Amino acid sequence: MLTYTIRRLVLSIPTLLFISLVIFALLQLAPGDPMAQVPLTVPPEVKQKMREALGLGAPAHVQYWKWLVQFFWIEPQVLIDHWFGTSFAEGKLRVISWQTRSPVMDIVMQRMPQTLWVVGMSYVVGILIALPIGIYSAYKQYSLFDQAGTFVSMIGFSIPPFFSGVLVIVIFSVNLGWFPSIYDTTHVVTDWDSFVVQFKQMIMPVMVLALQTTAQISRFMRASMLDNLNQDYVRTARAKGLKESAVVLVHVLRNSMIPIITVIALGIPAIFGGAIITETLFKVNGIGQLLLTALFANDLPMVMTLTFIFAILIVLFNLIADVLYGILDPRIRYD
Amino acid sequence: MTDQITDPSEIELYGALKDKEPPKEPRSQWKDVWDQFRKHKGAMIGGGFLLFITLAVLIGPVVWDVDPKALDIRNKDMRPMYTLLWDGEAKTSWAKPLGSDNLGRDILATLIAGGRASMAVGWTAMILALFIGTAVGVSAGYFKRLDGPLMRLTDLFLSLPILPLLLVAVTLFRQPLRANFGPETGMFILIVGVIGITSWMQTARIVRGEILALKEREFILAARSIGTKPFAIIRRHLLPNVVSPIMVSATLGLATAIITESALSFLGVGFPSDFPTWGKLLSDAVPRMEEFPERVMLPGILISLTVLSVNYLGDGLRDALDPRIRGR
Repeated sequence: MLTYTIRRLVLSIPTLLFISLVIFALLQLAPGDPMAQVPLTVPPEVKQKMREALGLGAPAHVQYWKWLVQFFWIEPQVLIDHWFGTSFAEGKLRVISWQTRSPVMDIVMQRMPQTLWVVGMSYVVGILIALPIGIYSAYKQYSLFDQAGTFVSMIGFSIPPFFSGVLVIVIFSVNLGWFPSIYDTTHVVTDWDSFVVQFKQMIMPVMVLALQTTAQISRFMRASMLDNLNQDYVRTARAKGLKESAVVLVHVLRNSMIPIITVIALGIPAIFGGAIITETLFKVNGIGQLLLTALFANDLPMVMTLTFIFAILIVLFNLIADVLYGILDPRIRYD
Repeated sequence: MTDQITDPSEIELYGALKDKEPPKEPRSQWKDVWDQFRKHKGAMIGGGFLLFITLAVLIGPVVWDVDPKALDIRNKDMRPMYTLLWDGEAKTSWAKPLGSDNLGRDILATLIAGGRASMAVGWTAMILALFIGTAVGVSAGYFKRLDGPLMRLTDLFLSLPILPLLLVAVTLFRQPLRANFGPETGMFILIVGVIGITSWMQTARIVRGEILALKEREFILAARSIGTKPFAIIRRHLLPNVVSPIMVSATLGLATAIITESALSFLGVGFPSDFPTWGKLLSDAVPRMEEFPERVMLPGILISLTVLSVNYLGDGLRDALDPRIRGR
């Protein structure tokens, strides 16, 4: 297992390098000038100097190499400095955003908590709702509950988040006035009242994202439970007089969770991507919203770094899913 | 048996050997599929609705021939006719059954035009993705030498962050394509292209798996032994056998393509502002949704219903095309 994990880790390096190359090439091919916002009164030769100051004068492969060095070598040093108070990265050039002229990773770190709160919470809520629904619909297959569950998850698949989000804003924020439609990220939780405010503003974005998660995972859970419910070991467990709850919730559930855990791991990167829309809708200033503003402002280093972070998440969670599958299911042997 | 049986009562004796009824017509595979498909109520309703929407956006402009771009400032901000049910004072008119927007454009006409754009993008992107996916899947499955590289490529594409990359590609390549093909055609090519290029991977994997299994069967060996060329084998013997999984992934592809296009329009990187699509109509209506909720609801409901019906259609197709489930 360990050798398999190490082999996968080593193999993921060329994958990530290739992805970074694809993103870089895409950004290089694209027209668009970071100087577009600079007033026309600035003479062209000054503009050219400003471009060179941003590192645009160098040939493409030099730019790519510099980005690689900055991202993989200097940024980790900055992180180590931050944790241990050392000074490895002193005076070294970090990935700088063209918009704000400050290091990209600092901004990402500022935005990360908001995204993690909303996205992470919605994923947890979605899973917690989905698992019981899946278990019960499989246990009572073709019952009214199962039919309703199928219908609700079909709706969850079909209603895009930009519509369900607008819908809940119209209903709960405009007509009923229960929850605020804008997520206030400066809000600090200090006591019970401020916690209630935080809770209220999180309900809508979390539920909109959770609807998608619930739809997907409850379907998988149902299918996986159905696979296991007809197995021989279930009959054995019932025959030796175990309680029904023990049969279903211990024997069947444990075995059904194996594929579900990998599905959950695989879904995490996708939910970060889907959060872009929800963040725009509820005005959460997370990394999705950061990517969107950086795109419109032609801030290439920021776009490159953020897209690459999304790619790292995908590759990482694919690996975690595969390794988890091997650990949980003793029938799977990779070596 | 040499002697002829003439007595009818003697025939009764051999009754067990005889067919009780006249032999049935031979049944084709597609008739079986249709019979199974008909049993799936959701799929029938979904298919019917999809057909209805497709016809509505195709024939709609002929029946309701109002220019969706025509401005009519005097009759702006009309409400749909049905608001009269609870609000007798509402500003409505039969000339604009679903109301008009803040520039007086007829909402029914813009919805039809928007549906045309959304469905066109959905269908074209889906066909493009299916084409790439099938080509990659068949070549990876049939030619052993291509299998490794093509499947690594598929894995790489699967680990690309799709929505961020779509946003990047659409924002950055908008200008040159618009300059070359005009604002609307350019955007159409761009959006269809990026959605198609980023959504072929599932089809490729499924098709490859099917081809790998089919390749070892005897009829392929027979075809090869009489000297059939590889491309003829693929065309005549392999492709007809992978039609069912391709059709199922087509429905999934159509649903994702429609949602992706609407999402791009919603984020403001889609078609130009005077070119309506459902996603664009929805996002344009968001700032004034308190006064005019119908402008958000109508395109949103249309997107959701279309995607829902496509999903149900796919569900029914999967059941109907799977010979293990069929006939139960």
